[in-house]
Amino acid sequence: MKFEAPHIEYDLLLPILIILAVAVLGVMVEAAVPRAQRYLVQVVLAAGGVVAALIAAIRVFGTINPTSDNPKLGRIVAEGALALDGPTLYSWIVILVLALLGVLLFAERQLDGGVTAFAGQASALPGTEAERQASAKGLEHTEVFPLLMFAVSGMLMFPAATDLLTLFVALEVLSLPLYLLCGLARRRRLLSQEAALKYFMLGAFSSGFFVYGIALVYGYAGSMSYDKIAFAIASGSKSDGLLLAGMGMLAVGLLFKVGAAPFHAWTPDVYQGAPTPVTAFMAAATKVAAFGALLRLFYVAFGGARWDWQPIFWAIAILTMVVGSVLALSQTDVKRLLAYSSIAHAGFLLTGFLGARDLAEIKAGDIDPVQAVLFYLTTYALTTMAAFAIVSLVRDGAGEATQISRWAGLGKESPLVAGSFAFLLLGMAGIPLTSGFTGKWAVFAAALSAGAWPIVIVAVLMSAVAAYFYVRIIVVMFFTDPIGEGPRVTVPSLLTSSVIGIGVAGTLVLGIVPGPLLDLIGRTAQFIR
Amino acid sequence: MVTLESLPHLPPVVGSVPTDGVFSLLWLVIALPALGAAILLIGGKRTDKWGHYLATAAVSASFVLSLVLFFGLLGRDGEERQVTQHLWDWFTAGSYQVKFDLLYDQLSALFLLLITGVGSLIHVYSIGYMEHDERRRRFFGYLNLFVASMLVLVLAADYVGVFLGWEGVGLASYLLIGFWQHKPTAAAAAKKAFVVNRVGDIGLSLGTALIFVTFGSTSFAVVSAASSQASDGALTGIGLLLLLAACGKSAQFPLQTWLLDAMEGPTPVSALIHAATMVTAGVYLIVRSNFIFSLTEDARTAVIIIGCITLLMGAVIGCAKDDIKKALAGSTMSQIGYMVLAAGLGPAGYAFAIFHLLTHGFFKANMFLGAGSVMHGMNDDVNMRHYGALQKAMPVTFATFGIGYLAILGVPPFAGFWSKDKIIETAFADNVLVGLCALVGAGVTAFYMTRLMLMTYAGTKRWEKGVHPHESPKVMTVPLIALAVLSALGGLLTLNGWISDWLNPVVGEHEEHHLAIPAIVMSLIILVVVAAGVAVAWFLVGKKPIPKVAPTEVSVFTKAARADLYGDAFNDAVVIKPGVAGIGALTTFDTTVVDGAAEGTATVFAAMSAQFRLLQNGFVRSYALALLAGATVVVLALLAVNFG
Repeated sequence: MKFEAPHIEYDLLLPILIILAVAVLGVMVEAAVPRAQRYLVQVVLAAGGVVAALIAAIRVFGTINPTSDNPKLGRIVAEGALALDGPTLYSWIVILVLALLGVLLFAERQLDGGVTAFAGQASALPGTEAERQASAKGLEHTEVFPLLMFAVSGMLMFPAATDLLTLFVALEVLSLPLYLLCGLARRRRLLSQEAALKYFMLGAFSSGFFVYGIALVYGYAGSMSYDKIAFAIASGSKSDGLLLAGMGMLAVGLLFKVGAAPFHAWTPDVYQGAPTPVTAFMAAATKVAAFGALLRLFYVAFGGARWDWQPIFWAIAILTMVVGSVLALSQTDVKRLLAYSSIAHAGFLLTGFLGARDLAEIKAGDIDPVQAVLFYLTTYALTTMAAFAIVSLVRDGAGEATQISRWAGLGKESPLVAGSFAFLLLGMAGIPLTSGFTGKWAVFAAALSAGAWPIVIVAVLMSAVAAYFYVRIIVVMFFTDPIGEGPRVTVPSLLTSSVIGIGVAGTLVLGIVPGPLLDLIGRTAQFIR
Repeated sequence: MVTLESLPHLPPVVGSVPTDGVFSLLWLVIALPALGAAILLIGGKRTDKWGHYLATAAVSASFVLSLVLFFGLLGRDGEERQVTQHLWDWFTAGSYQVKFDLLYDQLSALFLLLITGVGSLIHVYSIGYMEHDERRRRFFGYLNLFVASMLVLVLAADYVGVFLGWEGVGLASYLLIGFWQHKPTAAAAAKKAFVVNRVGDIGLSLGTALIFVTFGSTSFAVVSAASSQASDGALTGIGLLLLLAACGKSAQFPLQTWLLDAMEGPTPVSALIHAATMVTAGVYLIVRSNFIFSLTEDARTAVIIIGCITLLMGAVIGCAKDDIKKALAGSTMSQIGYMVLAAGLGPAGYAFAIFHLLTHGFFKANMFLGAGSVMHGMNDDVNMRHYGALQKAMPVTFATFGIGYLAILGVPPFAGFWSKDKIIETAFADNVLVGLCALVGAGVTAFYMTRLMLMTYAGTKRWEKGVHPHESPKVMTVPLIALAVLSALGGLLTLNGWISDWLNPVVGEHEEHHLAIPAIVMSLIILVVVAAGVAVAWFLVGKKPIPKVAPTEVSVFTKAARADLYGDAFNDAVVIKPGVAGIGALTTFDTTVVDGAAEGTATVFAAMSAQFRLLQNGFVRSYALALLAGATVVVLALLAVNFG
């Protein structure tokens, strides 16, 4: 029997390979390097790896000439498993930037008395002697860095996957480390472990749907690869039932990841329970990866069946925006509020996603839905990351003080931090001259061009509702007097400060001059088929 | 389609002559106050000593520049008077572009003068008024922020740019209404203004979206050129959405409730934002969008109806208020109702709407600052039942206020006579019923203003103990005098029909309206009605002693007017209660079914009971159940849509 080695384009896949190599090295560091030096080695390794991967990703992006007027489409590599086109490569860059910011947040040690935000010994039961000893010794889990790297590698594969099996593998690779990371909080460990378990169980449950969906679609198309599925739909001779059921179940799996209603139930609990650096990274990067995958799957593979899936996505988009915005009104915890806000943002992103049209329908000069969604993802991710980073600064004796009522008078205590947070909230609310406004404008315009005006009306109404709860926090911070001993703003090291700085700068710059980035994405927002 | 033949002229297209010479300094008009705001708000305590001078200087410099630009525009030929300055490309998506452009034309030129001119006077006045306030620097920072935003609003050459200014003035207004944050009423008023204004903002967002869908662009130049080809339905839809926006910002029915509460802000704010400039943004929006409204009869009818309702409502509310600022606020609502009414009359009324907007800006700012001067002398008491006989104690305030009073009444030759008469005449030419509304409004205006004058300046002293009224310092009276002069002479703008001719290139030519009776007879009728209003006030208020405490045994009508004609009760019943119930239901559902675990987490720290663990299992199961149900619905819906 002759064995043919698969052809792998190692040079083009370098970003994923670097991240995976760093992850594996990180695991070995845990085994080989003495405990005292592990933190430094892991941080340097992770940060260096991400930077190297980022440089490699930018180089690959350069090969499709993104700055020319007619960039190349890109290539399908790894024996038809991954597509390296404009949307993939742009998502890579965004994810890697977020990963770098994530590493910075993970490495922050100044907020909690010289240790990271992660548990000293995750295996020690909360409230036991073992836990006290672990924390007395100042232990910390440095495994978080390799775990982060594994998650990042999954996120890089997720939007690139161009067959269902690769998509599923990527989904699991990105999810499993995140489940673990969620359970590693140093403070409020029960809440954290509960969040991890919930996320894991529900994630596993939704993966079940996802796999079953793959099986049904395979039954319909006789293939896992997107182009074959698209071809089967175009020839349209077979039983539609398999396709529709399979499509529905795949949608459930992906919508669970982006936190769209009615699959959003995990989001507030997990965002609240997870260590804040993990929440920050997860809220930003998972959305980018999952929306990248959602766009490719439904535009490339199921694009021909658009009229079948569009109605249900309309309903989901509307429900998601309503649930996110309305339920956020009654939240009393900052992290939960930001979680519901992220649900609402998923709804706005779905609004842009519904700008889907046939190529023939797109008039010259219309805003492309892929372009709009990718731009919105960029703005949302930067703003969210910085917002969660600020949440981690407001602390009292028991750790982070996330009760909104306790943030009263923060504007007096630290005008700079409260002012930055207020600015980020205004960004999320979509006030002009912030990136939230231009992002919303892009997705709304994309949906309008496709005639999805009822959704845009709901979206505008819901952004008005959303503005109310964002402003409520601003009012609490600046116009309410603190009751009793309020929490203090801990001064962070350069690590967290730079994350906040980058997020705020991004929110401002993309609000005032979004043109160059929108152009760049617009030129390259073409899926290769 | 609109039958174009029925229109004498198509609405004019917004031109775009690139800037040159002095006009290339246009951006500075906005940049100066914006820079002032930035320095004051970021500079912190270091700027406490001189911050208010800097802010005043910034606005005054803007005013000087506006004057220079205005004379530059006067010196140009008619067709070159619409100047566009391109600053930068805000965002681009394919051929759809939002440029950050400024449009300086006949309309925005007048607004620039009003905003920076009245703005400068009010800055000067505030130096005196806010002298003892420890947060004065912040106050001036917000004022500068407001002026910059308002200038963006009237200079933007694109609906998206207007939206930027629109949100900016909303923010500044919110900050300034709630400026005295130690007063819970001020905080509540700020919140109310914010929420009600959001409703209007939805109108502007959706209106802009519909404009984008209809025309593929949001710039005035493109939209005005293409508007005559748009479908009737689209134009009416856009018109109604823009009207909703105008109702929010300009406190028109049914979004009028916030303006009365907004009087919680410092008085200079009431004068600048809630009388002279920001609340007129709705009128600006309608007149600026004349290329939409001129083509849609239906939307214009809605505008007229809203204007009529509000002008009567505001006037009636003004009759029953004992709080001097709230009486003036009712009057502001009513006067803006006149402007909205005039704007709804189409090309025949646009110019008069703007004319009345300008004269109202003069005399209402004058009277608000006068009210502030009175309050300054009366230890910040706003209840007119505690005033009386202030004529001697505060002669300058009385004299200037008196000129404002004559102007708002429409007594010739003061400013209001010219502008209000024109509106009433045009209204009669359009429709007798509308004309009657406007005429009755003029009578009621005479009543409540006379009542205000009598209660404040005439009659007996009803001062509280320890109050020694005195004239305000020069820094406050000089702006009063300047505004009084403007209130007296504002009518000059219509000399030889100047203002109509000046604005025609922007708002469109129109045929002269024909009244059944000569204009002079019309003016006489109006004067008779006004005199009747004054007489009634004299007999009801002037001839009787005024009780120090408001009588409670009053007619249903007075009670209704005191309760702002139940505007709040209406909103409460129609919007707020169902809304709260809806949120409550969703929240209950969420807490019991979806979200209970987090509530329970608090219990975990307290009790860590075995029961909770059981409960927790239940919750994960219920999450999973929700997921399963959702998945089932998705799949079934997909199948149903395609096989159903």
